[in-house]
Amino acid sequence: MIRVQSLVKKFGDFTAVQDISFEVQQGEIFAFLGPNGAGKTTTIKMLTTLLKPTSGTVTLDGLDPQREQHEARRRFGIVFQDPSLEWELTAAENMEIHGVLYHVPRKLRHERTEQLLKLFELWERRNEPVKRFSGGMKRRLEIARGFLHTPKILFLDEPTLGLDPQSRNQLWNHVRHVNETEEVTVFLTTHYMDEADRVAHRIAIIDHGKIVAQGTPAELKEQTGTDSLEGAFLALTGSSIRDEAAGSADQMRQFVKMWRK
Amino acid sequence: MGALYILWLRELKRYLRSHTQIVASLGQPLLYLLALGFGLGPVFQRSGNGSYLQFIAPGVIGMMVLFTSIFSGIGLLWDRQFGFLKETLVAPVPRLTVVLGKTLGGVTVALIQGTLVVIVTLIAGFRPGSVAAIPFAFAFMALIALVFAGLGTAIGSRLQDMQGFQLIMNFLVMPIFFLSGALFPLDHLPKVLGAITTADPLSYGIDGLRGTLIGRSHFGLTIDLAVLVVIAVATLTVGSYLFSKIEA
Repeated sequence: MIRVQSLVKKFGDFTAVQDISFEVQQGEIFAFLGPNGAGKTTTIKMLTTLLKPTSGTVTLDGLDPQREQHEARRRFGIVFQDPSLEWELTAAENMEIHGVLYHVPRKLRHERTEQLLKLFELWERRNEPVKRFSGGMKRRLEIARGFLHTPKILFLDEPTLGLDPQSRNQLWNHVRHVNETEEVTVFLTTHYMDEADRVAHRIAIIDHGKIVAQGTPAELKEQTGTDSLEGAFLALTGSSIRDEAAGSADQMRQFVKMWRK
Repeated sequence: MGALYILWLRELKRYLRSHTQIVASLGQPLLYLLALGFGLGPVFQRSGNGSYLQFIAPGVIGMMVLFTSIFSGIGLLWDRQFGFLKETLVAPVPRLTVVLGKTLGGVTVALIQGTLVVIVTLIAGFRPGSVAAIPFAFAFMALIALVFAGLGTAIGSRLQDMQGFQLIMNFLVMPIFFLSGALFPLDHLPKVLGAITTADPLSYGIDGLRGTLIGRSHFGLTIDLAVLVVIAVATLTVGSYLFSKIEA
C-alpha cells in the first residue's frame, strides 16, 4: 500500500532523511518510531504530498504523491502532530468543513460527527469555538476529525501527545476497529513504546534520518536481546537526548499566548 | 462546489464573529475622513477644487477595501501559523478551489467593510452625484478587492513569519494607498510622482470610484475598468499559482 525507496530529503546542508526504504502492506498497522528530530514528520510530509523529496520514490496505493497529488490525496487521511484546527470556529463547524472537503455525504457526515464527538467526549461542547478548548480537547477534536471519513491509508503523527490515558485508550481501540472492519492501513508515529507494542503489526525505527531496524515488535526485541520495546528502542538509538529547534510556528503560538493572557 | 462554499463561508464566519476587529478596522478610515476631510477642507476649497470631503470619501472607501482584501490574502500566514492551512492542503480538493474559496471570502468581507465605510461617509456628509451610481461604485469596489485579494494571496503563499508581514505593510500596502490619489488629485503632479501614481493599480480603483460617485475622473472610466480587470486576472493567476506550490 505504501512503498518507499531510497527516499532522501535535504534542507540546505542538513539531511533530514537519508536514503530510507520500507514497505507497508495493505491492512497493516505500521509504527514509525524514532527520537525527536529523527525525520519521522519529514517522512510523513513527503508521503502526504506536503513536501517534495530531494530524491527517491514514494508510491501510495500505486500513485506518486508528487505527480498525482490530487488522486493521492483521495487515498489518505491524516492527524497532524501540530494543531491544524480553525480556532475561531466551533468544534461542529470544524467537523463540517472537514466532512465537506473530504466529500462525506451530508447525512453520513452528521451521523459520524455525532458519533465521534460523543466518543471523544466533545459533543456537549460542540458549539463552542475551538479557541476556548483546553489542549487535550483540541487534540481529541483533531483525532475525531481524522476519523470522519474512511481513507484507505490513515497517517497518525504522534496522535496521543497530550492525551489522558482514557482518550488514548479510546483512540487505539478506534484505530484497531477501523483497521479490522474497514481494512484501513495505518501509518503511525508515537513516543510511547507500549502503545506501539500493543497496536503495531510491524515497526521501523529511524534515527538521524536513517532506518536502523525493521520488523515485528517480537523480532526487534529478539534482535536486541531486550524484553521490552522500550529496551529495544534505547538499544538501537542510544540514550542521548535530542532537541528540535523551535519552528516559527511555535514561536508565534507563544507570542499569541502572551497576548491572550 | 461544496468545498468552495464551505471555505468561503469560513472566511465570512471568521469575520462576522470578530466584533472588536470590525469596530477597530473602521477607526483608521474614520480618522482620515474626519481629520483630513474637515482639516484640509478649507485649504482645498480655497485652491478651487471644491469640497475635500466629497473628494476624499471615495479614497477612504477604496482604502478600506484595499486593506481588507490584501490582509485576507496575507491571512494565509495565520492559517499557516495556526495550522489550518495544512488541513486544506492535504484535502482531496483541487488547490484552485481552496484558493478561490478563500479569495472570494476575502472579497466578500472587503465589500461588507467597504459598505460600512460608505455608510460612515454618508453620515459624515458625503453626497454621491446620483443613486444610480451606487451599483457601479460597488463594481469598482469588487474589482479593487479582487486585485488585492489576489496580490495578498500571492504574498501570503510565500511569507513565512510575522517579520515579513511588517515589511509588506510598510513598503507595499501603505505606499499603494498613499501613492494612489486617494488623498490628492492626480492632475499636475511632479513627473516622478505622476509616473508612480500611474503605475499604482489602486489609482485606477479610486479613480473609478470617484468617477462613478462624484463624476470626477482622471483616467476615464473605461481605462479604469480595463486596467483593473487585466490586473485582477494577473494577480489572481499569480496568487493561485503560488498557492498551488506551497509546501508545508
